[in-house]
Amino acid sequence: MTSDMIVAKDLKKVYGDFVAVDGINFTVKQGESFGLLGPNGAGKSTTMKMISSVSKRTGGELTILGKDPDKFGPEIRAHLGVVPQKDMLDRELKAWENLYTYGRYFGLSRKFLKPKVEELLAFAQLEEKRNEKVEELSGGMQRRLAIARGLVNEPEMLLLDEPTTGLDPQARHILWDRLFRLKEQGVTLVITTHYMDEAEQLCDRLIVMDKGKIMADGSPTELIKKYSSKEVVEVRFGTDKNEQFADEIKKLADRIEVLPDRILVYTAHGEQTLEAIVAKGMNPVTSLVRRSSLEDVFLRLTGRTLVD
Amino acid sequence: MSLIQAGVTSAVAIAERRRGKLGQSVYAGRPHRVIQRSFFALKSSTWLGVVSGFVEPVFYLLAFGLGIGQIIGNLTDGAGNPVSYSQYIAPALLATSAMNGAIYDSTWNVFFKMHFAKLYQTMLHTSLGALDVAIGEISWALMRGTVYAIGFMIVVTPMGLVTSWYGLLAIPAATLIAFGFGSIGMAVTSYVTNFQQMNWVNFFMLPMFMFSGTFFPISIYPEPIQYVVMAMPLWQGVEMVRGLMLGIIDGALFVHIAYFLLMTIAGLIFTTRRLTALFMR
Amino acid sequence: MSDLKFKPGQAVDVARAMRWGAWAVAEYRLFSMSKWMGSMFAFGLGNPVIYLISIGLGIGALVDINTGGQGINGVSYLQFVAPALLATTAINAVMEEVTFPTMQGFVWDKMFFAMNNTPITPKQIANGIMITATVRGVFNVLLYELILWLFGAVPVTSLLPMFITSLFAAVAFAAAMMSVTVRLENDDALFAIIGRFVISPMFLFSGTFYPLDQMPIYLQWIGWISPMWHSTQLGRFLSYGMPLETWQLVMHISFLSAVFVIGILAAYPKFESRLQK
Ligand SMILES: Nc1ncnc2c1ncn2[C@@H]1O[C@H](COP(=O)(O)OP(=O)(O)OP(=O)(O)O)[C@@H](O)[C@H]1O
Ligand SMILES: [Mg+2]
Repeated sequence: MTSDMIVAKDLKKVYGDFVAVDGINFTVKQGESFGLLGPNGAGKSTTMKMISSVSKRTGGELTILGKDPDKFGPEIRAHLGVVPQKDMLDRELKAWENLYTYGRYFGLSRKFLKPKVEELLAFAQLEEKRNEKVEELSGGMQRRLAIARGLVNEPEMLLLDEPTTGLDPQARHILWDRLFRLKEQGVTLVITTHYMDEAEQLCDRLIVMDKGKIMADGSPTELIKKYSSKEVVEVRFGTDKNEQFADEIKKLADRIEVLPDRILVYTAHGEQTLEAIVAKGMNPVTSLVRRSSLEDVFLRLTGRTLVD
Repeated sequence: MSLIQAGVTSAVAIAERRRGKLGQSVYAGRPHRVIQRSFFALKSSTWLGVVSGFVEPVFYLLAFGLGIGQIIGNLTDGAGNPVSYSQYIAPALLATSAMNGAIYDSTWNVFFKMHFAKLYQTMLHTSLGALDVAIGEISWALMRGTVYAIGFMIVVTPMGLVTSWYGLLAIPAATLIAFGFGSIGMAVTSYVTNFQQMNWVNFFMLPMFMFSGTFFPISIYPEPIQYVVMAMPLWQGVEMVRGLMLGIIDGALFVHIAYFLLMTIAGLIFTTRRLTALFMR
Repeated sequence: MSDLKFKPGQAVDVARAMRWGAWAVAEYRLFSMSKWMGSMFAFGLGNPVIYLISIGLGIGALVDINTGGQGINGVSYLQFVAPALLATTAINAVMEEVTFPTMQGFVWDKMFFAMNNTPITPKQIANGIMITATVRGVFNVLLYELILWLFGAVPVTSLLPMFITSLFAAVAFAAAMMSVTVRLENDDALFAIIGRFVISPMFLFSGTFYPLDQMPIYLQWIGWISPMWHSTQLGRFLSYGMPLETWQLVMHISFLSAVFVIGILAAYPKFESRLQK
């Protein structure tokens, strides 16, 4: 048993003649919290499904918990907790019944499951909804139920595909905290997300994917340091006017990005740069100085914003 | 921007125009919009699925007419003349398929739209009223049912199963049957909350199909049971179509027609009330 | 959200989970099924009883008038249709318990994909569905036999052999239907079309209500390829001793066995490829 939970070498997935994952390499160590970041269609979920030891890879090597998923799928899956992007709950069953039946698939005994189900309902804050059918739960509640379901077998590694979509801000923060505590107990986490704050909060290390390839990898701070400046100034001049100021502003900064609705100005000292812009007689409608984030890294790498 | 404004303005204008007219809270006078939507949906669905609605009664006719017909021989029609078994069941199958089509459209289909596609909520968020939706949906079922009836007649007439020119009237009769069942079906569906309850609709349909003088004359029942069967809408429909296809025109025909007119009106009132109560609180 | 404490990776007994996979799936199906017990029994029995009364007795009365009490094959019409109605009941019950869950698992709720994230394998899912369907078949066949017996439509000594043949035919057909259903990508219309162009003709043209040879020859083939007819023929042989040659017996049984084997063999790989896509 190695301490490497996942080793992917030149991992590839092809649907028909469409290459969804195009030869990626990464390793996830035990107890680590690993993120996959990327825009829609980058290949995150596809990668997750291969890690879940469900989807068969088209090429390359993949080792999960030290085993080859093509040969030892069931053994590996016994120790994984999976929270798919689409909940895939049984809509005809009640909340608690979903947890219970899922636990039975792991061969867990009724005796084990009885308290476990209650514990998980409490974890997902669904105690009062235990007897409601899935259909009758709100979207966020269904999401929480799916997350709880992924924990029923006390997994070594938890795979979360966009865990917090549909959760309210409070629930999101609580979930982050709980995931962090699971990690402290030794659970390895693999998370895909579109949210920068989530990746920064949760991930020790992450890869940025686009069009099936890895664009960059490292810790959130490393990535920001490497691909962005320390601070960013966002200025808006109003629709259609941004372009005309771009050239002028470019001279005052390390680098700029012109988006349809605003200009991002990359610089070490935000306030000073903003003053310089105004001094040149350009008066933005709104302006904002902020710290650089993964969003900026992403923009730099792919030329696109994340949620488009 | 201006386009949206124009849209809003005209929507308001239309709503204003209707204000004060009878039933303005439930009726905007545009059920054809609802029908149009169904038509779009039809264009993108599988043609086999659409055709199959008319094939089923033909299958029954072949199987029962050819298979059982031989071991049963001739029966007598209402006027005492001998008719072949195929001639006897063909009108019943037409009436039944009108019923089935209308019930399917007004129960399963409506149920799905209500609970999964949330279509009615969406429609009622526009200036459409509950009655527009009800009439629109039911009319759609009728148009479809009429087309099926025409198809069925095209198949059975060359087989010699229609012995009178009155048989042509079997087509509007089928439409009327569909109207009656469709309007009641939709009202019933509005009470249903899950798929399992939907099954109960079938549970009542099957015996009605089997016992309403479809496959054998109700004269084999004891008299009290005959009266029960005669009160059932399907028996009324079967007898109406049978009279027309075999050319037996008498006062009973008008009773059957009146029966379905009443059923339709009751169904429509009922459905509109329910839709209003469900979605316009 | 309360805290959750555990030692990762300790709870699951892998060998046990892998061994009992199919049964875990069956348990889940039975669990879901138990919620619809009421309507299941009502339909599973209500429909066939309605057919029994309307066709067996209603049409039977017409047949008896026409044949002067001779009936068909020398037995009353009721006795003639009873084995066919039993075959129908069995096939409908088992098939329903295979096709609907398969659609639900792959298309409607996508539950099979969630199941497959556990140690359960695609084959075990298929087996679990078949197990549950068989259990359902056992119930429905037994109950219906009881009714047929009460109506005097089959002799008591034939009940056990007829139980076996009708259940076997139903399971065989269900396996074939499973291999078809698993190939439906997402088109619910297709599902309905199969009902109308396969199931319904099978019911109508398989010599269910009349001897198959009464049909014009160009429609008889529907019966020959339909498990319903093979099941019914065996039932008639067992129930009132309708004469069958040995080769015919062998043929009926082999046909049904072939349907079963081909169905299962065609279903497994598609379950796998679809879930492992
Ligand atoms: N079963 C499939 N068959 C064919 N193509 C697929 C299949 N699953 C995914 N793809 C394609 O592979 C690409 C990657 O999809 P994937 O679901 O991995 O993206 P993702 O990064 O998870 O995106 P999102 O952020 O939208 O969830 C997409 O172009 C998608 O259309
Ligand atoms: Mg995804």
